[in-house]
Amino acid sequence: MQQFVNTVLGGLTIGMVYAAFALALVLIWRSTRIVNFAQAPMAMVTTFIALQIIEAGHSYWLAFAAALVAGLVLGAVVERVLIRPVEGKAEINAVILTLGLFIVLHALASVVFGNRYRSFPAAFGIRGLEVGDTTIALTGFDIFTILAVLAVMGLLVLLFRFTDLGLRMRAAAFNQEVARLLGVRVGRMLTLGWALASLVGSLAGLLIAGGSLVHPGYMDAVVVYGFVAAVLGGLDSPAGAVVGGLLLGLSLSLVSGYVGSQLVALAALAILMAVLLLRPQGLFSQARERRV
Amino acid sequence: MTVRRILVQPVVLAALGVVVIVLVLTAVDDFRSVQLTQMAYLGIAAGGLTVLTGLNGQISLGHGALMAVGAYTTALLLQDDEPMLPLLGVLVVATVVTLVVGAAIGVAAARLHGPYLAGATLALAVAVPGIALYFGDTLGGEQGLRVRVPDAPGWVLDAAYFVTGQDLTPSKYVAFLGWGTLVVAYLGLAHLSRGRVGRRWRAVRDDEVAAEVAGISLGRARVSAFVVSAAAAGAAGFVMALSVRLAAPSGYSLTLSLTLLTAVVLGGLGSLTGALLGAALLTFLPQVVTDAGVSAGLDDIRAAELAPLIYGLVLVAVILLAPAGLSAVSAPRGTGRAGPPRRENPHEHSAQAAAQEVGRHDRRPHLVGPGRRLRRRRPQ
Repeated sequence: MQQFVNTVLGGLTIGMVYAAFALALVLIWRSTRIVNFAQAPMAMVTTFIALQIIEAGHSYWLAFAAALVAGLVLGAVVERVLIRPVEGKAEINAVILTLGLFIVLHALASVVFGNRYRSFPAAFGIRGLEVGDTTIALTGFDIFTILAVLAVMGLLVLLFRFTDLGLRMRAAAFNQEVARLLGVRVGRMLTLGWALASLVGSLAGLLIAGGSLVHPGYMDAVVVYGFVAAVLGGLDSPAGAVVGGLLLGLSLSLVSGYVGSQLVALAALAILMAVLLLRPQGLFSQARERRV
Repeated sequence: MTVRRILVQPVVLAALGVVVIVLVLTAVDDFRSVQLTQMAYLGIAAGGLTVLTGLNGQISLGHGALMAVGAYTTALLLQDDEPMLPLLGVLVVATVVTLVVGAAIGVAAARLHGPYLAGATLALAVAVPGIALYFGDTLGGEQGLRVRVPDAPGWVLDAAYFVTGQDLTPSKYVAFLGWGTLVVAYLGLAHLSRGRVGRRWRAVRDDEVAAEVAGISLGRARVSAFVVSAAAAGAAGFVMALSVRLAAPSGYSLTLSLTLLTAVVLGGLGSLTGALLGAALLTFLPQVVTDAGVSAGLDDIRAAELAPLIYGLVLVAVILLAPAGLSAVSAPRGTGRAGPPRRENPHEHSAQAAAQEVGRHDRRPHLVGPGRRLRRRRPQ
């Protein structure tokens, strides 16, 4: 029973991180119809920036903020310089381009930061909570993870629902031509969308890294899990991405706890194929039909 | 048939290729022949991938995983000192097993497109090494399975001595096997892509509706392309297992799949020559770049990452600057998509050109145009 509770709690925590990562993919998909396969290495690079700042003796929170800002800038630069030329072209071009960026960032991080495993500190305790005489595998950092992701989601909802800027971003994503005719600077909105998505991705990277080891490949599997979570939720729906992330985190945690941690990626593949073949519009998409 | 057309016939090219291969493999030392074997297996897998992506428009990031299937099958069959099958039999079994796995994946993949297919095959590439770890007792876990390469049979040694005038070393034996496999695989791929099957693949790639109207089954065309491509990857896995003498999960990581993609994009999607060129670059570039990095003051591990850095940069540059690949740069007729520039239907070409023309003015307000609708066939 205790193992089950711990597995579920661990699954929900990691599910929150997948949800954040899936949210980043969904933000980009909604605005530019591109799946950013380079999201994971982008987050990895910003995490390494944070690690450099921490190892230089500065505070964790300064590094945290710096990584988020770096993510924002990186996302904007990538959209403006690399993605803009392939927007609206054959979709295979964008796929290959983001994979190229994936390889570049990976190699660049290995050259600049080295290839070895380095430990990344956590902001809060990484010991489980004690309830009575049993220890629950919910650490202080886990609680922080959940709260941080919830806060970011809340801020995004506020941005998109209640601000003028958010309305313009939604208009640009919904219909570029009409938005342009109404005076929305669509190009800027797309850049901003990528920047925000990259920021959310960076947050996910920092949360996964906290209290464990980082190396240039530590996020590679997460891009798959984030993609599966996003597809689970319909790839178009932010709320779906969150639910998809939680569901995926839970299922993968159960597979890891009761079958074997080596098969986690295989389970993700099975879930992905099941969703794409049985319910291609995702579990929560409003759209009737989706061409996958 | 003119002399020129006869000369570009695949069979003639293959015969010339065999002569060149024998000459080169005779001239080089053992170290180079190991490198050339690497070029052969990368070339076989890239050839399969370029047919899938270039001719049929399906992207696969899972070809490294398919190579792993071929390699592990080979390793399982070559565990004992006295193998139960001759090497040719092992090659056939490895290819068929991978083909069957590829068919299963292809059936699922045929219903996906673009980013969905990329994501699904990416998941495949990440998931497959885990299988080898989970079934560690049979598949050797992290250490992998050792491959016992049987000695060359007596008649092969005699024939090799007769032709080349020197004794056949084990690594040269594997190199000859690898290049022999490559010639056969490329002949098959060229034959398929020039014939009716290849025309169907291209038709499905260019316009699904038109292809369906013409009576082509989209699903069958896509699955057959995937199956052929997977078979090539299986054969490549066979050669790789023989050459490396090991089948271990670390050899078939995501990196391998992405490397193969680099090779085919680099050489120009859909071109077998391009795939071979890409494989050559992937084989010989790393050493040059790593040496340059070491002499520039980097340590070995960091210098080894310079080669992937260049692959990635080239991949990005090719998509941004020359979407038809490097082999088409000399005669740029690019249509703005990462595919072979040749279009057989002139109307199709003009529609594509119109689409691109609209794309150029993408940032301006633009109402519905004929190209616009063509270009933007995105999910609701």
